[in-house]
Amino acid sequence: MQQRRLWSTGALALGALLFLFPFYYMVIGSLQKEVDTTIAGAFPTGGFTLNNYIQINSRVDLVQSLINSAVFTGGVLLGTVFFGVLAGYALARLHFRGRGTLFAVMLLVQIIPFQLLIIPIYIMIVRSYGLADSYLGMIAPFLINSTAVFVFRQFFLTLPEDLFDAAALDGASELRTLWSVALPLVRPAVLTATLLTFIGPWNEFLWPFLVTKEQSLQPLAVTLANYISNIAGRADNPYGAILAGAVVLAAPAVALFVIFQKHFTGAELGSGVKG
Amino acid sequence: MAPVLTKVFGRQPLGAVFAAPYALFLALIFAYPLGLAVWISFHDYFFTAPGAQVDRPFVGLENYQAVLSDPGVQRAFFNVAVFLVINVPLTVVLSLVLATGLNSVTRARTFLRVSYYVPYVTASVALVGVWLFLFSSGGLINEVLGPLAPSPSWLVNSKLAMPVIALFVTWKQMGFFILLYLAALQGVSKELYDAAAVDGANRFQAFRNVTVPGVRTATTLVVILATITGANLFTEPYLLTNGGGPDGASASPVFVMYQKGIEQGNPDTASAIGVILVLIVLTVSLVNRKILEHD
Repeated sequence: MQQRRLWSTGALALGALLFLFPFYYMVIGSLQKEVDTTIAGAFPTGGFTLNNYIQINSRVDLVQSLINSAVFTGGVLLGTVFFGVLAGYALARLHFRGRGTLFAVMLLVQIIPFQLLIIPIYIMIVRSYGLADSYLGMIAPFLINSTAVFVFRQFFLTLPEDLFDAAALDGASELRTLWSVALPLVRPAVLTATLLTFIGPWNEFLWPFLVTKEQSLQPLAVTLANYISNIAGRADNPYGAILAGAVVLAAPAVALFVIFQKHFTGAELGSGVKG
Repeated sequence: MAPVLTKVFGRQPLGAVFAAPYALFLALIFAYPLGLAVWISFHDYFFTAPGAQVDRPFVGLENYQAVLSDPGVQRAFFNVAVFLVINVPLTVVLSLVLATGLNSVTRARTFLRVSYYVPYVTASVALVGVWLFLFSSGGLINEVLGPLAPSPSWLVNSKLAMPVIALFVTWKQMGFFILLYLAALQGVSKELYDAAAVDGANRFQAFRNVTVPGVRTATTLVVILATITGANLFTEPYLLTNGGGPDGASASPVFVMYQKGIEQGNPDTASAIGVILVLIVLTVSLVNRKILEHD
C-alpha cells in the first residue's frame, strides 16, 4: 500500500511537471535577451533582462489594456454576484410561477455555447444598439454567469428549512432573510462563484475582439492577440515580447487561483455532478 | 399578500421579482438571439446602418444549401471531427486516471491539484503564445526531437495542425474535468472497493469494475462538455495556426462563421452554420445521455 502510493505520487508529480512546463518556459522566455530554443536554453543561468516587458509595453499599452480587462471583468462580477444571488435564492427557496421553466433554461444555456450565437448577438449589440467600442457592449452578453447562478442555487438549497421558518416567525421579510440569514452562510459559494466568473471575461477573446475596434478600449487578451497576429514580426525578439505579454495576462488569474485554490473544488461547484 | 399577485406570480411573488433580472437577461442574450439566428438563416440578410429599413426576402433553405455544399465549411466540420476523435477519449481517460490518482495520494496533494488546474484558469491567448514558441519550426519540441522533427513543422503541417490544437485544448481543459471526476469519486462508496478487495480484485480490476461504473454520470457530463468545447473552438485556430492554416486544414466552424459573418458580411450563411452546430451539440448531448445512462 505504502509503496503503491509512492508510485502514484511519483507518476502524478511527473505529470504535474509536464503540465507546468509551458508556464515555466513562458516566464523564462520572457526574461531572456535572445531566443535560445536549444534544450540547454530552457535552463539558462544568465542573460536575464526585463527588456521584453519594455518592448511589449511600447507596442501595446499594457496599463490601459489591464484597466480595460479589469473594467470588463469587474462589470461581469458585479452583475453576476448581485443578480445571480437574487436569482439563485429565488430558484432555491421561493415558489413562484415560472420557476421550473427558468431552471430548465438556465441548464440549457450551459449546453448551447455562446460562441454559436455570436452572429445574432453581434447584430443586436453592434448594429441595432450601436454599442460597439463601449464597456457596456463588452459586458452585456456576460452580465450574469449561469454557472454561478447554479452554484448559488445549490448552496441555498443546502441551508436547513428551520432557519427560514425561524426567520419567518421573527417576522423578517424575504429580503431581510436573504441579506442577514442566508447570505452570510453562503459566503464560500460567493467566493467560488467569483473565482469561476472571473476567469470567464478575463480570459475571453472572441467577444471583446469582435466588439472593440478601438485599441484604447481593448482588454489585454485582445491587444496581445492582435500583437501576436499583426506586429510580432517587427520586434527584435518577437517571442520574448509575446511571452512577456503572456505573463502579464496570465499572472492575475493564476495568482488569484493559487491564493483561493481551496475554494475551487467540485463539491463547491454544486452537487449536480456527483455520480 | 394581495390574492391577485399570488394568483399571477405563484405562492411567493417576490421570487418572480428576484429572478426577473436574470430571466430578462436570458431572454435578451439567449432566447432572442437563438430565435434571431434561426430567422436570419432562412432569409437573405445583410448588415445595414442602424434604423435603416430594407427588404430581407425569405429564401427557404438556400443558406443551408450554400453552407453545406461549401468545401471550406465541410472541411471545418471534418476538422472538428478530427479534433473530437483525439480530444474526447484522451480527456475522459486521462482526467479519470489523474483524478483517481489525486484522490488516493496524501502527500503534496495541493501542489499536484494546482498544477493540473492551472492551465484551465489561464487565458488561451497567453498559453497560445508559449505553444507558438514551443512548436515553431526551430522551437524546443523540434530541437528535442532532432531528426524526428516533422517537416513541414507542426503548426504549418496540414496533417498535424489540428492534432496539435486537440492536444493543446486537452491540456488546457483537463483541470476542469479532473475537478468534476474528483467530485464524482467522493460519491463512490468505499464498501464497494472493500468488497472488490475481498474478491481478490487487483487495482486495475477495481478501477474497471468499481470506479468506472461509479462515475458514469460524471462521464456523461465530461463527454458532453468536451464536445461543446470542440464545437466552440475559435481562439486556437485563429492564433495558434494563424487563421485556420495551413490552407483551412485547422479551420473550425466558429472560425468560418467569423470569416463569413463578420469579415465577409454574410450573416445569413454564418447563422446557418451556427444553427447546424447548435443542432449537432443538442443531438450529441441527448445521444450521450441515452447511451451512458440507459444500460
